[in-house]
Amino acid sequence: MAENSQTPESVTLTIDGRAVTVPKGTTILQAAEALGNRIPHYCYHPGLSAPAQCRLCLVEVEGAPKLQPSCITEVQDGQVVLTESEEATRQRTGVLEFYLANHPLDCPICDQSGECKLQDYVHAEGRKHGRSREPKRVFGRDDFGGDILFYGDRCVMCTRCVRFMNEMAQDPRLTVVERGNRSIIDTFFEEGVEGSPYAGNIVDICPVGALVSKDFLHKARAWDLDHKPTICPNCSQGCNIDLHVRDNRVQRLKPRANLEVNQYWMCDYGRHRYEWMNRDDRIESPVVNRSGQPVPSDWSEALEALHGRLEEGVRPVKAVASPFASNEDLAALRHLVDALGGGEIVYRLPRADREIPLPGFPRLSRRRDLAPNGRGAEILGMERVGDDEGAGGLDELAHYTGTLVVLGDELADLEADFGQQAALYIYVGSHPSPAASQADYLLPATTFAEQEGTFTNHEGRVQRFWPGLQAPGLARPAWLVLGALAARMEGGGVPTSAAEAFVQAAELAPEFQGLTYESIGTRGAIINEPVALPGA
Amino acid sequence: MAYPYTHEKEVRLLSRGWGDPASRTLEGWKALGGYEGLRKAVEMSRDEVIGVVKDAGLRGRGGAGFPAGVKWSFMPKEKKGPHYLCCNADESEPGTFKDREIMRWTPHQMIEGCLIAAYAIQAEHVYIYCRGEFFETNEIVGRAVEEAYEAGLAGKDILGSGVDIDVTVHVGAGAYICGEETGLMNSLEGRRGLPRVKPPFPAASGLFGKPTTINNVETLSAVPHIVVNGAEWYRQWGTEKSPGTKLFCVSGHVKRPGNYELPLGFPLKELIHGVCGGLREGRKLKAVVPGGSSVPFLNAAECETCSLSYEGVVEAGSMLGCASVMVMDDSTNIVKQVRRTVDFFSHESCGQCTPCREGTTWLARILKRIETGRGTEEDLETLLDLGDQMTGTTICVLSDSAAAPVRSSIEKFRDDYLALIRRGEKVGAA
Ligand SMILES: Cc1cc2nc3c(=O)[nH]c(=O)nc-3n(C[C@H](O)[C@H](O)[C@H](O)COP(=O)(O)O)c2cc1C
Ligand code: SF4
Ligand code: SF4
Ligand code: SF4
Ligand code: FES
Repeated sequence: MAENSQTPESVTLTIDGRAVTVPKGTTILQAAEALGNRIPHYCYHPGLSAPAQCRLCLVEVEGAPKLQPSCITEVQDGQVVLTESEEATRQRTGVLEFYLANHPLDCPICDQSGECKLQDYVHAEGRKHGRSREPKRVFGRDDFGGDILFYGDRCVMCTRCVRFMNEMAQDPRLTVVERGNRSIIDTFFEEGVEGSPYAGNIVDICPVGALVSKDFLHKARAWDLDHKPTICPNCSQGCNIDLHVRDNRVQRLKPRANLEVNQYWMCDYGRHRYEWMNRDDRIESPVVNRSGQPVPSDWSEALEALHGRLEEGVRPVKAVASPFASNEDLAALRHLVDALGGGEIVYRLPRADREIPLPGFPRLSRRRDLAPNGRGAEILGMERVGDDEGAGGLDELAHYTGTLVVLGDELADLEADFGQQAALYIYVGSHPSPAASQADYLLPATTFAEQEGTFTNHEGRVQRFWPGLQAPGLARPAWLVLGALAARMEGGGVPTSAAEAFVQAAELAPEFQGLTYESIGTRGAIINEPVALPGA
Repeated sequence: MAYPYTHEKEVRLLSRGWGDPASRTLEGWKALGGYEGLRKAVEMSRDEVIGVVKDAGLRGRGGAGFPAGVKWSFMPKEKKGPHYLCCNADESEPGTFKDREIMRWTPHQMIEGCLIAAYAIQAEHVYIYCRGEFFETNEIVGRAVEEAYEAGLAGKDILGSGVDIDVTVHVGAGAYICGEETGLMNSLEGRRGLPRVKPPFPAASGLFGKPTTINNVETLSAVPHIVVNGAEWYRQWGTEKSPGTKLFCVSGHVKRPGNYELPLGFPLKELIHGVCGGLREGRKLKAVVPGGSSVPFLNAAECETCSLSYEGVVEAGSMLGCASVMVMDDSTNIVKQVRRTVDFFSHESCGQCTPCREGTTWLARILKRIETGRGTEEDLETLLDLGDQMTGTTICVLSDSAAAPVRSSIEKFRDDYLALIRRGEKVGAA
């Protein structure tokens, strides 16, 4: 082994004949993962302590008298590890057979089927025919409270759920009761995990179908779900998540690992707020209101007409934005408002009375700001108005007589006379409401779930999201609609992609300068410190 | 009459005083020379105390036979925080009933041993972890600890030496697994009695994460004698590799079952036929489990030449364990015996490790089937294979312990299994 290829903190070993260099303190399991070799495991979870109890991850280490648990055995220089040797394979096959001795194998009615680690491992390395002829142990089903159901017979006793509640939630409401083969996970009190704000994560980390979500129960099969990476839109933390989609509907939300933002977790508040993404009452095509007569239209016609209106001359502009809109959308609004002579942009943001941190990783907290992009709106010079319900604050604008542009805010608390005194009222959004639908120009926009874009979270991390749903009708991203209008007014280029729209956003805000979709990647990137302008 | 049965071949060192309620008291124990060892120890350096125990070759009596002095020497020499000593008084191995007798008759013997050991390893606190079911015994131990405190033998400034050693008696709730050293520590800390992954070993991180030594009651009880009389004196008994005397708990089909203290290396045959008065009339020896339910069976032929030392029993094909000798004559249904043993382990498995949690129960169920005439020859291969999967693959050795009697009984008494299987086949066919 070449000595000069190593820094003091790194260790080189071989796993199944392939050399790998990893930092000192890495476990064999992690080192193997670096080589793309996922050693089967149950009790180990990267976000929790490692009890080394499932005994599934045992591997052969040359020189060791017996198989070693790869999840806790630290790598050593020159170590020779065999994960596929006869002994190691035999161990896995044996442990899997032990699991099956009491497993109900009710895959046809199990929600985990298709994403189950027992299925996966047994398919890969299980015995063709189990040898157990004995009756199986029966525990039955238990309601653990909140959203969570427990199917005791499917449990592989990895204790991940117990450790999550102890170590991360620090709300020890689960435990193993009894011992030996009678061991079972149970709650202390009748309410179980009800009200524990991060409990939903135990369903995610349960490697089998023992812990399932009531909300998702029998709703979809795992193999029918598309996993669409996005950002949770329910607070300013910006947890990385996946939309699980079937038939163009979000079926559930699952956290996606981002060690700097949410590790492997998300909060229940966010997890259970996805139904709105499936709302069927949508603005599906542009509508031009001509003297009180709404006329459905197509894009070219509507934009042509609107452009004509703007060419005739524009009264002073004021705008309402939404902290649920992307940086690109907001920047396009800012762009258009500037192109129309500049003017004030306000936004409304619901605010919780407290944060809900995850005690084991307090960097993750359900933030007080219950929208994903208030920070983006601030960066783009917009001003927050209204109350903590995300309502109010628009009384004056309701009767504004200049040009009024609204982006995204559903105006649910406002009456149908909103904007009726405006010289021109443009509404860009996705859901109709009495106040929105009376706009002179009602332009259908996609929701964040239907478009590509970025949000800026509470700490100034710009994070990308991708489209997970198909937009209905003629809905288009707001950055495209507003960008097209601004370009017509100013003669600039129309952005042809969200990435380009972001480049335009960066031109408007120094905080975004230097960032690109490429550099933001899948992990996000922190904005530049705002530069104090001389004399400002 | 002396303690239930005694025999002239016995060397009654630890069992001296048994049968006489007077030896329970501090006065009684002192009359037998008690606390001279402690007095002497605190005048020695800690290294000297460890040295004499090392030289005496005292091996752990809790099952593994690890040299006690060597274990003590693993403790950090430089003290950075608290050190602890645990006295393992959880005696629950089926067939074992020696620690209870030490505590019942001579609790001060154990306490003195604890204090000397604690002094040697710089432990400021001794935890005596007592088996929950030993109601009477635990009361006796509790009283003796109080006496020791009152006499200035425990607590602050023991015997005016300037050394403080506290002693706490902790009563378990009745789980065999809490006798496993790290399960015991978890239990003491108020957690579930789950054995811990080793390393780290207790000497590095034990009770409350501090350097800890754990010894069995009998191991510690031998210490005062060694300190008073020296290593050479102790080595007059036993073999080179297994010095000293040992309490043998004999149960089963002998005329006089009981505890006998004999020099290590004593012939098994003589223990059965001489000391214990032999088998019942007209019976022949079938099998012996020489070291508690965790160790392999010996068949009659192996018993002929087996010498009861750590190395001797290994040579014969088993392990000395805690020297709990279970004698079975030809009336024994070996399969039933094995099934009951495995049932015990299945009941007592803590359930962390999959091979142990699932394997013990599975073995027990197959054995039950065979026992009741519903087994097949294939089952024997399955038993052996499952046993293999349970050996060397888990956090503690309970799993191995459950597999050992299964393997050895199938190897040595296959015909007994086959007879039950065949009889079952006949009944089934009829
Ligand atoms: C499952 C299991 C149960 C045990 N039970 C006991 C026990 O009841 N008493 C005991 O002294 N040692 C018991 N041991 C052994 C202890 O782990 C430990 O080795 C011993 O207490 C060390 O003391 P010694 O070195 O003096 O023998 C047990 C071990 C295992 C694996
Ligand atoms: S319920 Fe799931 S996470 Fe909890 S111990 Fe069982 S298998 Fe593991
Ligand atoms: S903390 Fe915020 S971003 Fe994360 S899941 Fe909850 S609501 Fe969503
Ligand atoms: S081997 Fe058995 S008793 Fe020991 S830790 Fe594992 S499950 Fe518990
Ligand atoms: S993952 Fe290593 S023992 Fe469970």
